[in-house]
Amino acid sequence: MTTSPASGTRADDADDADEADDCTVAVAARATDLTKVYGQGETRVVALDGVSITFRKGEFTAIMGPSGSGKSTLMHCMAGLDAVTAGSARLGDTELSVLKDKQLTRLRRDKVGFVFQAFNLLPTLTAAENITLPMDIAGRKPDRLWLEKVIETVGLAGRLSHRPAQLSGGQQQRVAVARALATRPEIIFADEPTGNLDSQSSAEILGFLRNSVREMGQTVVMVTHDPVAASYADRVVFLADGRIVDELESPTAEAVLERIRRFSTGSSHG
Amino acid sequence: MSRTALRNVLAHKARLLMTAVSVMLGVAFVSGTLVFSDTLGTAFKNQSAKSYAHVAVAISSNASGSNVGGGIRPKARGLAAGKGFTQQTLDKISKLPGVASAVGRVSGFAGAADSKGKLIGNGWSNTGANFAPGPDGKDPRYTFVAGSGPAQTGDVALDKDTAAKGGFHVGDPVEVATNGPVKTYTVTGIFTTDDGAVTAGGSLVLFDTASAQQMYLSPGHFQEITAAGAKGASQQQILEEVKQLLPKDGTADTQTGKQLADAQAKQIEDSFSVMSTMLMVFAAIALFVGIFLIANTFTMLVAQRTKELALLRALGASRRQITCSVLTEAFIVGATASAAGLALGVAIASGLHTAMSGFGAKVPAGPLIIASTTVVAACAVGVLITMLAAWLPARRAARIPPVAAMTSAELPASAKSLLLRNTIGVILTGGSAGLVVAGAANGDSSGRWPVGIGAFLLLIGLIVLTPLLSRPVLAVVRPPLARAFGVCGNLAARNAHRNPRRTAATASALAIGLTLITGLSVLGVSIGRSLDKATVGNLSADYMVRMAGGMPLDPSVANEISKVGGVTAATALELAYIDIGGKISAVTAADPRGLAETVQVSMVTESRSPQKALAEGKVLVENKTAKSRGWKTGDVVRVSYPDGTKAEVTIGGTFADNLVLSPVVMSDSLLAPHMGKPEVPQVLVKTAGGASAKMAQAIADGLGNNPALSVMDRQKIRNTFGGLINNMLTLMYGLLGMSLIIAALGVVNTLAMSVFERRREIGMLRAIGLERGRVKRMIRLEAVVISLFGAVSGVALGLFIAWATGRTISADLQGYVMVLPWDRIAIFLGLSALVGILAAVWPTRRAARLDVLDAIKIS
Ligand SMILES: Nc1ncnc2c1ncn2[C@@H]1O[C@H](COP(=O)(O)OP(=O)(O)OP(=O)(O)O)[C@@H](O)[C@H]1O
Ligand SMILES: [Mg+2]
Repeated sequence: MTTSPASGTRADDADDADEADDCTVAVAARATDLTKVYGQGETRVVALDGVSITFRKGEFTAIMGPSGSGKSTLMHCMAGLDAVTAGSARLGDTELSVLKDKQLTRLRRDKVGFVFQAFNLLPTLTAAENITLPMDIAGRKPDRLWLEKVIETVGLAGRLSHRPAQLSGGQQQRVAVARALATRPEIIFADEPTGNLDSQSSAEILGFLRNSVREMGQTVVMVTHDPVAASYADRVVFLADGRIVDELESPTAEAVLERIRRFSTGSSHG
Repeated sequence: MSRTALRNVLAHKARLLMTAVSVMLGVAFVSGTLVFSDTLGTAFKNQSAKSYAHVAVAISSNASGSNVGGGIRPKARGLAAGKGFTQQTLDKISKLPGVASAVGRVSGFAGAADSKGKLIGNGWSNTGANFAPGPDGKDPRYTFVAGSGPAQTGDVALDKDTAAKGGFHVGDPVEVATNGPVKTYTVTGIFTTDDGAVTAGGSLVLFDTASAQQMYLSPGHFQEITAAGAKGASQQQILEEVKQLLPKDGTADTQTGKQLADAQAKQIEDSFSVMSTMLMVFAAIALFVGIFLIANTFTMLVAQRTKELALLRALGASRRQITCSVLTEAFIVGATASAAGLALGVAIASGLHTAMSGFGAKVPAGPLIIASTTVVAACAVGVLITMLAAWLPARRAARIPPVAAMTSAELPASAKSLLLRNTIGVILTGGSAGLVVAGAANGDSSGRWPVGIGAFLLLIGLIVLTPLLSRPVLAVVRPPLARAFGVCGNLAARNAHRNPRRTAATASALAIGLTLITGLSVLGVSIGRSLDKATVGNLSADYMVRMAGGMPLDPSVANEISKVGGVTAATALELAYIDIGGKISAVTAADPRGLAETVQVSMVTESRSPQKALAEGKVLVENKTAKSRGWKTGDVVRVSYPDGTKAEVTIGGTFADNLVLSPVVMSDSLLAPHMGKPEVPQVLVKTAGGASAKMAQAIADGLGNNPALSVMDRQKIRNTFGGLINNMLTLMYGLLGMSLIIAALGVVNTLAMSVFERRREIGMLRAIGLERGRVKRMIRLEAVVISLFGAVSGVALGLFIAWATGRTISADLQGYVMVLPWDRIAIFLGLSALVGILAAVWPTRRAARLDVLDAIKIS
């Protein structure tokens, strides 16, 4: 098992991984029997209970489920932000559970993009500086052409020298999305990225995320409570009590809503 | 409301920690000083009362010879030198009806040498005195622990510590140096005493009375007589009786034992009050620095509670109530910290007391005195400072509008208040800088007040202006920092920039200390350099021979030295205090030719050689003195010599500042007829081949290797004269270190606050790939940036003030040139950077330990 950052082009890596995993579709991340337990004794909480899931390359996955079902936990474990209790979390061909803090930090920097619900940006930096922050941290020169394309896509061209405090919530989230895209990570994790936004801004952000998947071949995993947001994804995975309970391909808002309704009545009936 | 305050204090214990510590340190400084000086003062007072318990009346003469240890100094030194008291006078006094017994005393310098020939004791209070047994064979001043008092020539008794240090026992031979040649004596006894010479860390050698008289005065004469009262006789009554027996020529000074004890107690108290005043000044500086830290903390606490306070206001709390609740918090913090500080201060005082005895200074034992005024003062200071510092934050808290409870945004510092602050700052800084420059422009002492007041206001003005100054400074340092440390450097500079008020307050705390340290260093080094010029620079002699402890040399020393091969001139510089033109003045008397060979007397007026003028019986006067007395070359002034003779002398010229010489110089032959035994503090030696180790040894050999004599080459002379200034600087550095510690606590406080407030940001940075190490570096750099900002502004201000102050003293200190001790300044800046790095240790560790998820989840 190699932990060194992959070299060569993205396509090559994907092919190698395919062969190694003997799969037909390129895999961006995979959880196998992933278990996460918080606390001990009376305060013991099983946040994830043997979750196995594969996030394919170039796919937009939405994760849904009731509050406390383990959505964020799953994302944090897959992104190398939290240690797993048992099972395996792999990013590309890297097993995360064996990595040390420094290696995890490196991996997040080089291979993962993040969009949080709030507080994505450093208030002291301008929008442009926030976007290139991961590259600055890595000490890499940003790819100018790509950067321009990303900025153009998220429609920030006129606001680059503004500070976060001078931007609206929607604009701030756009900067966060641009930052996540700018490094061309292997996978982007977004935890309720539209949770604080109105429907208009939400639609924009979700549009960018979907376009990045369609046009740039990006892999995106997004946690959401909103069926409409979920409908932008290629598939929806439903979590409950730390387990995957359902999956829906090419969802529509109605279908998602339907599932949730069914799901909640199902669970309330026992 | 006060319950809320207490809850708030308890809830923010950790964040109030640094504030409490800074108040505690300041209060400890204050109370430690008070307790220490009270304790020592009382102990010394008790001791002096005890040491004069057996003295009803003391009669002292200002006869030549010095009484170092006894504490009874001829008050009008040099006014009129008597020959002392005869045995006859003593007998007459002891037969007075009110007098039980009377003892004659004579004392001067004496030091015992250890086996290596080195002087035992501190060198400046090595005393010799006569052992004067009463009819019972005992001298009440001394308690013998072994053997008995010296009875004949060749016997000595030593104080216990000296005997122990030299390993002497009764019957051992001991080499004793006096201002004459070294002689070997036999130890007949070892004693304990509360004599001042011994308690000050010196030594006391007792001789038989005849030998002591021979050595220190003249046979059969005493410098001092102490009479013990008979039962029922009042001290005043005895005093009157004694006065009848004494000549009325003013050569004798009589005092009762009580007066003496009181005088000594007063003298000790005065010397302590100087010390405690100085300590208090530094305590005040430390507390002043602490204000910034406290203000920062309360500002942050108020900012964090904006919503809560707004809610209280919305629920109907008045502004006044909000202010009160914040001030109550400050009161609780101040009172708690003061109590702790008081305890710490008492501990420090008792520690100091012990430590001082450990360093050889024999401080009398005594109980720790914790006066009620000390407790009140310490607590009042601590509480008031804390509440004062919290005043502005409390007012700001009261101004939070109730609507802030509903709005999500945090209230930024209003631009208007900074505008007002900056305007005040610019006016204050500009005005006071002008005042300083104007004061310095005169170039004489008349500018001292404007410069002093201006400097203080300038410091305040700069503190007010620091937030404004921080912007351009941080903007300038950001690019190089970003280049050197990448994203960490960039973020560090921006973070430091983020809260200008807080950064400014933190930096100012450090700047105050650095201003004082730099100013004092520049002045100290410059004055030292000019003193150096005024001493060594005016000296053509290769050596200066002196006695330990500034004791006079035996007049024969110059003669002995001149016999040493290779010595071309050995000039005794005699010192006398003479009434010239109605005012006592120190006078140097020397052989004109010898003086010309060893000292460069640069004449200001009168181009004729100083040697010639002196040889003609004229006197030379230091230029500064001549100016202040209104004397000109050629003037004739009235002189009243120590023996009472009145005469007139002509002023032969004025000379430039010269620290080797007294303000008035005359020929030794002019003075000799009017003096008994001349007092020679130093002999200057010029050699044919210049200074060398061999030459120095030859001179020492020629003087019988007297351990009490020091043969100083030019470097040693330099150290002796400059040493005082260096010691003072070291002391100042030590005391100012306290304010630096508090400033460092302020940096810790600010960083801890910043880390706490930015934990989400730090979590986000960690999430997107910033390693722990670089998070630490980012915070450390911020600390260093803030510290250096404070340090550089402090150094700059310190240099400016030192320049201005230097201008005002340059007139009194000829040859004063400002010297910039770049090495020291570099060290100060280095230390400030180190302060930043050290202050960052704890906050960086906290930041690095932040759990990424916790930080993200807070939102
Ligand atoms: N640090 C922690 N310590 C203890 N328990 C935790 C911790 N973090 C999460 N949990 C628990 O794990 C479970 C899953 O939490 P998680 O945050 O993943 O839920 P979620 O699905 O993201 O919920 P939401 O939709 O409200 O964000 C919950 O029961 C939660 O209480
Ligand atoms: Mg969640």
